[in-house]
Amino acid sequence: MIKLNLPVHSIAHARAGDKGDVSNISLIAYLESGWPVIEKLATEEKVLEIFKHMGATKVDRYRLPNLKALNFVIHSALGGGVNSSLRLDRHGKTLSSYLLHELIIPVSEDLLPLKSPYLNKFED
Amino acid sequence: MQKKVFIGCGAGFSGDRFDASIPIVKEFKHINEPKYLMFEVLAERTLAIAQQYRIKNPEEGYSPFLDSYIAPIIDDCLENNIKIISNIGAANPLGAAKRILQIAKEQKTRKPKIGVVVGDDLLEYMSNKEILESPTMEGLDFSNNQITAANVYLGAKPIAEALSKGADIVVVGRTVDSALALGPLIYEYTWKNEDLDLLGSGTICGHLLECGAQVTGAYFADPGFKDVPNLAKVGFPIAEFYQDGSFVITKPKDTGGLVSKATITEQLLYETHDPSNYLVPDVTADMSGLMLKDDGENRILVKGGKGKKAPQKLKATICCDNGFMGEAEISYAGPNALERAKLAGQVIRERIQILGLQGQIRVEIIGAGSVHYSMDESSSYELPNNGDYRVRTSAIYPKRYQAQQMVDEVMSLYCCGPAAGGGGRGYITPQSSTASILVNREIVSPNVQVKIL
Repeated sequence: MIKLNLPVHSIAHARAGDKGDVSNISLIAYLESGWPVIEKLATEEKVLEIFKHMGATKVDRYRLPNLKALNFVIHSALGGGVNSSLRLDRHGKTLSSYLLHELIIPVSEDLLPLKSPYLNKFED
Repeated sequence: MQKKVFIGCGAGFSGDRFDASIPIVKEFKHINEPKYLMFEVLAERTLAIAQQYRIKNPEEGYSPFLDSYIAPIIDDCLENNIKIISNIGAANPLGAAKRILQIAKEQKTRKPKIGVVVGDDLLEYMSNKEILESPTMEGLDFSNNQITAANVYLGAKPIAEALSKGADIVVVGRTVDSALALGPLIYEYTWKNEDLDLLGSGTICGHLLECGAQVTGAYFADPGFKDVPNLAKVGFPIAEFYQDGSFVITKPKDTGGLVSKATITEQLLYETHDPSNYLVPDVTADMSGLMLKDDGENRILVKGGKGKKAPQKLKATICCDNGFMGEAEISYAGPNALERAKLAGQVIRERIQILGLQGQIRVEIIGAGSVHYSMDESSSYELPNNGDYRVRTSAIYPKRYQAQQMVDEVMSLYCCGPAAGGGGRGYITPQSSTASILVNREIVSPNVQVKIL
């Protein structure tokens, strides 16, 4: 089966929350078939690398297999946190989209949800 | 048959939609089991601002939006025995209760019995020195600043106590958000301290409700990938809780939005760190073994919540003044706009240096991934040089005039910057920084009181 390198956005969704200078971002597979893929490839090291330029110093990852979900706790990623950050997005609410864009994974067609706009990429 | 308790959430933050609770109240009119409506309207920052209002006027300091949330539904709630639970008290729960009594009088409703929980304000019984010497959890070093607010997060038991004393409405200040749901559940099911799994499940239920529509399809839509019907009319959540600790999350009929496993999972992990150890004053909730099951259209059954012993210490948030933030923006569009925007950013940097303004300054280019990169970082987004870009500059200074100087420099780009800059705007906002400390329960408990008005 053909595999394409695509953003993890193709097989998972995410939401970011903040507490002080710590961001947490969930990563949730759409399908059961996507769960082993994100579990294997969305590592603490990979996520730390993605958020390093924002100041991230440490990432803790928690697994929730029942919910096909990972939770990343990213320390020092918010420029001081909502009350002292100079950033436009002081809460880091948009960091979930950044994770979905930056984490690139090999994807086969069967990992995509029904009617996924990413299916176009497999047509050529 | 298991006893059911219904809890709706009419607001998930201070300033959330004022009419959101109306469909919940309408739905609740046809339900004959215990029913509650919670409003979560108190952020860390909101409380620091409220504290300032109370210092200026002892009658004030409760949520500035109290009337907007309470006035539209108070009569229906009292008539239909829907109890209201809210942290709308902010820095002055007693003041909030008095205002609610006034609203009731103005609307000629029956006179409500209002339970008021006080004791979260540490400044009333801890000295600045004691506060400063407490161990910090996270946040900034605040030892050199004036403390403007210090509030400990209370749990659900005072809310349950107020309900047991017959309150129709319970007003609290700083209390963990999930306790607005856990309080009614403790009261209705008479849970004890050792009912840890039930307390854990009730906390998880409260956690799912506390951000309002974030669990019913709001903050979720990603068109083509995650579609949500009728987002403009999104229904706020209702939990249908069962005696065994399981519960259904749903929303009122004839509203927009979506309740699915995906919406529940996103909200479950929102602002959660370790899912096995979600700490609140009443319990350490454990959501790691949670299971979600479809239970009809826009209904998800949540079960498998667990609980462990409550944490020994309580968390408190300390706020202090922290100078003034200047923010200013100016746009460049059309041919070579990205290069002109970058030049504008460099000019501002240099001018700030010439003026001798100390401290960090951030320059972002809106349109070029501003929320993910500063101007100096190479972006992974594909950016056309011809386009529509907006330079945003921000810095925090001890004095207002310094922030003004920075803003003025951005405005100067009208005449002194690169070609064709337009749409300049500047803002100055006072800053309040926060830190979290841990406080012994023995200090807090004797000061927590439930008053009935």
